[in-house]
Amino acid sequence: MTDTQPAHTEGGPASPQAATVAFRAVGKTYPGASEPAIGELSFEVPAGEICVLVGPSGCGKTTALRLINRMVEMTSGDILLDGRSVRDQPPAELRRHIGYAIQQIGLFPHKTTADNIATVPLLLGWDRERVRARVDELIALIGLEPGEVRDRYPSQLSGGQRQRVGVARALAADPPLLLMDEPFGAVDPINRERLQGELLRLQARLRKTIVFVTHDIDEAIRLGDHIAILRRGGVLAQYAPPAELLMAPADDFVRDFVGADRELKRLALIRAGDADLRPVDDGLAYDLVRDDAGRPVAWLRGGERLPVLAIDRDESLRDALSSLLASPVRYGAVLDDDGRVDGVLAIDAIHRLLRREAGGTGA
Amino acid sequence: MSALTVVAQAGGGFFRNRSGTPTCEERNGLCPAWIAHHLDRYASPFWQHLVLVLVSVGAGFSNNFTLALMAHRRRWLVGPFVQLTGILYTIPSLAAFFLLLPITGRGSLTAIIALTAYTLLILFRNVVDGLDGVPDEARDAGRGMGLTARQLLWRVELPLAVPAIMAGLRVATTTTVGLAALAFYAGAGGLGAPMEADKAFDSNIVVAGGLCVIMAVGLDAMLVFAERVAAPWARARAAP
Repeated sequence: MTDTQPAHTEGGPASPQAATVAFRAVGKTYPGASEPAIGELSFEVPAGEICVLVGPSGCGKTTALRLINRMVEMTSGDILLDGRSVRDQPPAELRRHIGYAIQQIGLFPHKTTADNIATVPLLLGWDRERVRARVDELIALIGLEPGEVRDRYPSQLSGGQRQRVGVARALAADPPLLLMDEPFGAVDPINRERLQGELLRLQARLRKTIVFVTHDIDEAIRLGDHIAILRRGGVLAQYAPPAELLMAPADDFVRDFVGADRELKRLALIRAGDADLRPVDDGLAYDLVRDDAGRPVAWLRGGERLPVLAIDRDESLRDALSSLLASPVRYGAVLDDDGRVDGVLAIDAIHRLLRREAGGTGA
Repeated sequence: MSALTVVAQAGGGFFRNRSGTPTCEERNGLCPAWIAHHLDRYASPFWQHLVLVLVSVGAGFSNNFTLALMAHRRRWLVGPFVQLTGILYTIPSLAAFFLLLPITGRGSLTAIIALTAYTLLILFRNVVDGLDGVPDEARDAGRGMGLTARQLLWRVELPLAVPAIMAGLRVATTTTVGLAALAFYAGAGGLGAPMEADKAFDSNIVVAGGLCVIMAVGLDAMLVFAERVAAPWARARAAP
């Protein structure tokens, strides 16, 4: 479960190459439609953050995304990138400076991996040498072997490889803003989780501004620094960081959408090491036996000897709780990076933490 | 069977036998010696035929390409174009030659106009289908990355339509090789002329017909090769 750690990118300055995105009362009504597809949408994405647009189908989240690079033209309001209206330049010019990755990936079947990735750099007039170096750099960045995949056509790549190449292509010209429309939508759950982890690791290094569309609230919670929940008609139901969204849903619609297990989802956002850990000698019902290096060996009570549940401090509380529920002992040993026991995690500590963060009111 | 009836059967043939024994030609067989000796008389019709095919398919292709690109931009043109070329396609080729004769006179021009008309339906449909077959997501990604409409057409849509376009070219070329055998009715020569001149002599028909087949197969092979060069990706499958 290495990829399920709460991976919110915190700290670290935004890349100088990251843009702010500001929706200012943006509206879109299609000709002949009685209802707007997007109505009066206003929110702001800080530079270097991942903003996830999420909502049920037909809520206009993809439309909202496509308004940014003018694949769909808004009918009212404005969108500002670093304070500059997207309408200030011709659409093709604007799009070359915004990364774009979509669900079906849209790799060009007639171009090799390298030529696909090189699309935007070549449009921008980079010279061949620079393009070639950049292509190899990106292939390595997405964890593939340049010599192996560079000259392959998309039909010769696996689904996961194609997805990664799609991301590399979107990053090719180092755009300050990336638009991703359900880029992992067509991938099986295991690979999706892996790709999400890779995206977060990539983002920890690149610190781009990313606007990401998904219908999957779990994906939104995992990836988003901020989440914008939309309801039908492109109306913003709530715009908040994931923890706040889960703790204080704005209304019944948001509460329903995030699901009945939102407390568990909150736990997924917290690291085991950040909970209240008890010292080993805190009068626990069991004694923890450790070896000379401080690594846990067994629990002892009377003559009884029980196996130790070891929890990485970076593991999510959700996973830790799940393991605890299945463990014969109500305690888990939380380990530091060297495998030494840092403290003991008990189920009631998790309960207290949730109550405290929610201000003791619950929901 | 008397020598006289043999001569009569070969009626209008190239040969008369003065001795009593029937020759291969008289027996109307397949005569390698005769063929080897007379092959050069087919050279000129062969080249005429080839030129008719190349010019007609070439003209058909370039016309079509323009029409198909127009129709690709303006979808409502597809229906009328298909109907028009479909009607052209249903006119019997001989009738077309005879209809054109009073206007364009005897000669290559008449034949080329008629032959070109026949390529239109096949080529038009294939170019349009090829462009329609481009995956929407490739088009969307192209637009989203900042390709202009023209760049999208030349760098994405047309390259992806190459297999469909080449398939149309192959059918059109093979069909035209066959139809061009009638071009001599319009006074344009081609391999139909020697066929007509001695149509009862099997060796003659086999050679002239065989050359048509060789031409069709040869041109087809060249188009297959061209497609491999122009669309290597179409044959790329999962690598070992």
